[in-house]
Order: sequence, then structure tokens, then C-alpha cells
Amino acid sequence: MGKLKTQSLHKRDSELAQSNRQLEILSNGIFQDGELPTFAKKIKETNQFPLRPKKLEILQINVGYMCNQVCEHCHVDAGPDRKEIMTWETMEQCLEVIRNTGAHTLDLTGGAPEMNPNFRRFVEEASKAGIKDFIVRSNLTIIRANKKYYDLPDFFKKHNVHVVSSMPHWTRGKTDKQRGEGVFDMSIKALQELNERGYGMPDSDLRLDLVYNPSGAFLPGDQASMEKDFKKALMEDFGIHFHNLFAITNLPIARFLDYLIASENYEDYMYQLVDAYNPAAVKNVMCTNTISVSWDGYLFDCDFNQMLELPVASKVKHISDYNEDLLNDRNIVISQHCFGCTAGAGSSCQGAVAE
Amino acid sequence: MSYYDPKDLRKFGNITEWSEELGTKFFDYYGKVFEEGALSAREKSLIALAVAHTEQCPYCIDAYTKDGLQRGVTKEEMMEAVHVGAAIKSGATLVHGVMMMNKVNKLDG
Repeated sequence: MGKLKTQSLHKRDSELAQSNRQLEILSNGIFQDGELPTFAKKIKETNQFPLRPKKLEILQINVGYMCNQVCEHCHVDAGPDRKEIMTWETMEQCLEVIRNTGAHTLDLTGGAPEMNPNFRRFVEEASKAGIKDFIVRSNLTIIRANKKYYDLPDFFKKHNVHVVSSMPHWTRGKTDKQRGEGVFDMSIKALQELNERGYGMPDSDLRLDLVYNPSGAFLPGDQASMEKDFKKALMEDFGIHFHNLFAITNLPIARFLDYLIASENYEDYMYQLVDAYNPAAVKNVMCTNTISVSWDGYLFDCDFNQMLELPVASKVKHISDYNEDLLNDRNIVISQHCFGCTAGAGSSCQGAVAE
Repeated sequence: MSYYDPKDLRKFGNITEWSEELGTKFFDYYGKVFEEGALSAREKSLIALAVAHTEQCPYCIDAYTKDGLQRGVTKEEMMEAVHVGAAIKSGATLVHGVMMMNKVNKLDG
């Protein structure tokens, strides 16, 4: 792969590497002086405050922030320099929960989850738990990054893993601008390899979905239309098949927040999010059916709250004390970044949410 | 200070406050025009971008550039659309040259 797009905020010693600084920005300025309503005020208007969980459906586990890529807009601030990696001990605690959870979906994310040294052992064990949908969020380039990862498509197939991969655009220029030089070509090669194993093929049970998130300070378009355009372009240009496209809104945290501020787009972007607020999306927002587990085993309402270090408002704080009933009886922790999940058709790790 | 304030675009809907019936009819019509039809919403967005340039409407350029990005339209497609507008605009000027030629031929032919 070519040169990395940028460095992580942590590596740069940026003040935005600190979650409390991000939260300050999200609560000051236009939200403090009342120019825009806070998220709490907005959901109060439609009697949706406090936000409460529904039935737990998705257990999302972040196995580490290390990544082979440094994408411009990463909400995790992931990169090769990040050393936060889940230990086997924490993985064993997660496995215990996975074996007993009522959730129907297990969702492994990172960083590049494959870079955790115990990733394969964890997948092997977790796949025995009989969870209906077992997702691994793969950035695709990892499959081609090093010989030791070349067999990942076969490994995923063997364990019937549902692969969900990022693809910012069907053109090389837009993809590489966001994710780094050479990422597009490597991603295409990885997708072709997955297709060769049956992943993403029409009528195949080996699920391959793509995640689209915008390359700049604008919201994603209609998910169904984008899926149509992606399918047409990837088929015509490269003969690639995939199942569904998830259109995800960039949330104003970490490197995307840094980008918004540096490019003087922050206020306009927050206006876009607030103007596009959709109460129907609030109803199905992912924190109402998901628990996010961090690399060190702490529990959060979502991956974004994890990055902002906003833990669950529950007595149960850690995977070692996991209790689904107790956890479900909590108020969800919110701030202004939540407008990202309620704009337009809504946004989640599974794409649009508004019915 | 410019006469145009980008923030005014967000207030566009307010025109309905001073004439509810006409404002509402306009926005209903506007919304309908841009729905998927014989032309796709994406094609309509590119037409709107071209017209925004020929009309030299800063609000419309702002709105339909962003709309295009949201739809995954590339910058190459956007620039081609602007050239279509420019070609029609310059063609419209130049075709009037025939009128000039007619007049010269009549007065001084």
C-alpha cells in the first residue's frame, strides 16, 4: 500500500485526542448560545427523552484501535500507532457473555480487528456460540496488507462470518482521498477474492455488505439509490458483487471533528445534522438495541460513546460484571454527536434506520 | 459585506410565512419536480446544478453542489454539467450573431 493518509490525533498530540476536549466543543458555541438546540432538547420536543434501550439485539465488540490504515475521518482515531488491543483474558470474558446473551448479532470491530493477535482464536470460539449473525468489520486492505492475512477470506468462509467492509466510493480518486493512496486498488482485489469464495454473490449465504460514508462535510444520500449506483459501477468496472450497502453518516467526533474544524465546516455541518433531524430515526437509533464493548472490557451505549469515553449509565460497567437485565434498565448517554444518528433516514452501523 | 448571506438559504422556507398558500404550493411543486420520475433524481440534480450556474444563483450552486456530493456525483460529472450550461449560455449569445448579421446585411449589404 502507498503512504498513509495522515497520522492519528494521538500521534500528532492533538488536543482533539482528548475526549473531554471533543465533548467541550460539542457543547459550546452554537449549542451553548442557543443558536441550535441540544440533542436532549430536541428529543424532548417529541417526548423521546430520556432515551431508553429496547431489547438487546447486537453485541458490538471493539477488539482494538490498531489499524493498518489512517483514514481521514476515522471516528476511532485508529492507526498503526494505537496500542489499545483487547487481551485474551478480556476476550474470554466476552466469550462467556457471547455464549449466554440474548443478542442475535455479534459485531466485531476495531481498528482492524484482524490485527489483534488473538483474533482468529476469538472468532473460532465465538462462532461456536451459535449466534445468528456474526459480523466482522474488515477494512478490506488488511486482507492484502501482508502474507499472513492472505487466507482471511477462507478463514471467514470457514466460520461463516458476515463480512462488512468500508468503501467510500466506486471511484479510485474519492476512495484514496479519504483512506489513503492505493486503498482503492487493494480493496477491489480483496472484494474479488471474497467473491471468488462465494462472498456477496447473488443467492449466496456468505454475506458481504459494504459501508459507505461520505468523503467530506456532507450527509449520505438515499441508501437505496447509492446501493444501486455502487452495484452498477462495481459490476461494470470490476465484475464485483456484494449484497447490501449501508449508508452511514459521519459523526462529528475524533478525526472527522478535527477535519470539520480545520476546513471551517463545523458549524455548517452541525446545522445540516440538526436541520435533518428525524424523530422517526430516534425510535430505532442503534444505542437502543446495541451494547458496545471496548478493548479493555468497558461497556458503552455505542462505539461513538466509547471513543468519547462516555460509559453506560448503569451499575454494570464492565464485561466481567455483565448482566443483560440490569444493563437494559438504563438511560442512554447522549450529547450533540447523536444528531449524526438521527439525520435524514438515520444512521447506524447497520445503515439507515428510519422505517 | 456581500448581499448574499449563505445562512439565508436555510431561511428559504420562511417565504411561506408571508404568503402561505403560494409558498406552500411552490414548495409542493418543487418537491414533486425533484422526485424520481422518467428522469432519475440524480439526473435532475445535475440539471439543477447546470441551471444554477446559468442563473448564477449562489444559493442554488451551494445547494446542488452539496446535493450532488450526497448522491455520489463526481467532480468530473459536475464540471461537465456546468459546461453544458455554459455552452447553452454562450450559444444563446452567439446565435444572436445571426440577428446582427441580418441587420448589417439589410442596412449595409
